[in-house]
Amino acid sequence: MDMASVLPVVWFSVIGFGVLMYVLLDGFVLGLGVLAPFAEDEDQLDLMMNTAAPIWDGNETWLVLGGTSLLAAFPSAYAIILSALYLPVLLMLVALVFRGVAFEFRFKAQRSRWLWGWAFALGSVCASFWQGVILGALVEGMPLREGKYAGGTFDWFSPFSMLTGAAVVFGYALLGSTWLILKTEGPMQRNARMLTRPLVMVVVVFMGLVSTWLPFLDSRIMARWFESGNFWWLSPVPALALVVAVLLWGAAMANGRDARPFVLTLCFFALGFAGLVLGIWPNIVPPSLSIWEAASPPESQGFVLVGLVVLLPVILGYTAWSYRVFRGKVSSDISYH
Amino acid sequence: MDALLLSRIQFGFVISFHVMFPAFTIGLSSWLAYLELRWLRTRDPVWRDLYFFWLKIFALSFGMGVVSGIVMSFQLGTNWSVLSARAGNILGPLLSYEVLTAFFLEASFLGVMLFGWQRVPEKLHFLATCLVALGTLFSTFWILSANSWLHTPSGYVMVDGTFRASDWSAVVFNPSFPYRLVHMTLAAFITTCFVIGGVSGWYLRRSVHREAAGRMLKAAVGFAAIAVPLQIVAGDLHGLNTLHHQPIKVAAMEAHWHEPEPGQGVPLVLFAIPNEQGERNDYEIAIPELGSLILTHERGGRIPTLTSVPPSERPPVAPVFYAFRVMVGIGLTMLILTLCSAWSWYRGRLLQARWLHLSWNLMLPAGFVAILAGWYVTEIGRQPYVVYGLLRTAEAVSEISALSVAVSLAVYVVAYGFIFGFGIWYLLKILRRGPLAHEPAPETEGGERTPARPISAANDALRETR
Repeated sequence: MDMASVLPVVWFSVIGFGVLMYVLLDGFVLGLGVLAPFAEDEDQLDLMMNTAAPIWDGNETWLVLGGTSLLAAFPSAYAIILSALYLPVLLMLVALVFRGVAFEFRFKAQRSRWLWGWAFALGSVCASFWQGVILGALVEGMPLREGKYAGGTFDWFSPFSMLTGAAVVFGYALLGSTWLILKTEGPMQRNARMLTRPLVMVVVVFMGLVSTWLPFLDSRIMARWFESGNFWWLSPVPALALVVAVLLWGAAMANGRDARPFVLTLCFFALGFAGLVLGIWPNIVPPSLSIWEAASPPESQGFVLVGLVVLLPVILGYTAWSYRVFRGKVSSDISYH
Repeated sequence: MDALLLSRIQFGFVISFHVMFPAFTIGLSSWLAYLELRWLRTRDPVWRDLYFFWLKIFALSFGMGVVSGIVMSFQLGTNWSVLSARAGNILGPLLSYEVLTAFFLEASFLGVMLFGWQRVPEKLHFLATCLVALGTLFSTFWILSANSWLHTPSGYVMVDGTFRASDWSAVVFNPSFPYRLVHMTLAAFITTCFVIGGVSGWYLRRSVHREAAGRMLKAAVGFAAIAVPLQIVAGDLHGLNTLHHQPIKVAAMEAHWHEPEPGQGVPLVLFAIPNEQGERNDYEIAIPELGSLILTHERGGRIPTLTSVPPSERPPVAPVFYAFRVMVGIGLTMLILTLCSAWSWYRGRLLQARWLHLSWNLMLPAGFVAILAGWYVTEIGRQPYVVYGLLRTAEAVSEISALSVAVSLAVYVVAYGFIFGFGIWYLLKILRRGPLAHEPAPETEGGERTPARPISAANDALRETR
């Protein structure tokens, strides 16, 4: 085992971890935006936004880490994916711009306040949808010729990517509603509980559809799941996901244990994400560019890995600390305007 | 218009918007640390009110910097995928270190800084402010290292057309990096300094917030008196470094087409209309010999001429030439204003000299203009290369349709125009209002509640008084 074969595996895991962190952490913030139309009034929307106001920026940083890590560890994959998905990436970024500034602008605006409520809601819905499309298009794979993208401008548009786009919108909404159960009380929390069960149902259906579709996209994925006894090794993933979904159904309306639905949703997402990653592995750009072919040389991967090993624990430490500083319920009786 | 030109316009557009916010918040975060330190030391509420006032401005500017920065981190892949594929081995690690050392630090402690007042002990809050300031400086370090490497690549070997690092310390500390880092960091601090001085000049002219404005103006003048002369020295050294590594850029900055007559030095061109077809300057006004002294520090020193390389190796001359004059002109104006203000302060008349207040007020946006101008000098001046001397900009662009880029450029122009239009409007609103005396302290109820936003709490009071 030499560095050139080990390091790409390490970096595949690191990027997988970064993207998972992003999906979980910005997922619930984007979910708040997806749920914004269900806020009963402007005060409730303020409350929803304030549950995430101190931490959203750090959550979004995981996306930037994913992007720069991909450039550092798999530069050719970064080049292929971003230029092939030019329009979805553009639309996701612009949506994130609107969502992000809404946090600051909404509290500075007076007459134009409503505008930033809408920017928050629409920005979140669009960013979630396009992230799902990007994910779906990546899993579906991209035609390559001589290491370059050989497809067209709209190749990402497919029934599967539209399905994953919609799935991510509802998935994030579920993260958002369970986050609200954790962070709020009173009418806001009741509202969030009411939304959670229907969302669990919709998300389970979407996950079922995606999981059923996935093996038919690519014979290699089919092979991974159903050949040479792999199914028995891998079956705990969907089985656990189902168990978690059932527990979540119960926890949604159970008073008292307010953290439970959110934690279960995080597990549910992590399992779904693991399923998708298993579908991609060992490629970084399915169906043909493997992590070893796309890897930057060991001196690049090693150089960043040294920093990562030292800094990632520190980052996780102070991120956890900042969540601790802002722990507890965000109260609705504090007036913000 | 092809995808190349549109991609260049788009990159120039999104980065010009983006760079103004970090350039402002780098200095602003240190200014906030200073204000909070003064408050903790003196317990004088004016310092605390000033802290909250500038914190609101910081929050807005930082937010706009973050969202426009996320766009930047994907531009290299979407539009410059050949650059990413070939130089990603080098650029990727540098940018990853920026995220790991700076972005998480800034983002996490910004939350505590904005919302943690009275939720954490005040010394910890001060530490959060300092860590955010430190984060902005780490970020400056890495992004300028990556940018400098594109200008003066070193510590690499070429393998199959891709750049591979052979010596990371040579990559990070490439030859133009120390100069660029000092020049840009000072530029960022000076930009903030002139905003602070500009705001205080505005208040003094209107005779509002006199106490706070007086303190801000003194801080601005004191800082400028040190930083502006230093910046001129740093700029001069950066120029010598550029002359050594990118001589044709310097030739474009000076619109220096032909060798002077034997025995004569390079003139200093004050004004001209560079004529690229005719390879000469029209309507030139120049001071003989002075160019040699300034550019090479020698009488009769020579610099390479534009015509010493074929036209395909030359950058566009006019924008580099004009932008350089704008930057230097602003720098000299800043120096004069700083010297006059320092003299006036020495004579005890700083707070009475109305013409000075007007001048500071007018100079409020000067730093931003100078930064953009300097940015255009260095980035247009390195054309036609993106990795200087090694990879042409035209080769680095993605294989994408011109239509896609036209759509994205249009989307960015509309979205940024809308968002930053509102953003700047809100900034002006906060500035017009000024620091509020006895900004209401955020409430904490039992220590377990999330306090009201200090920022919006201030807005509440205002809304009631309007």
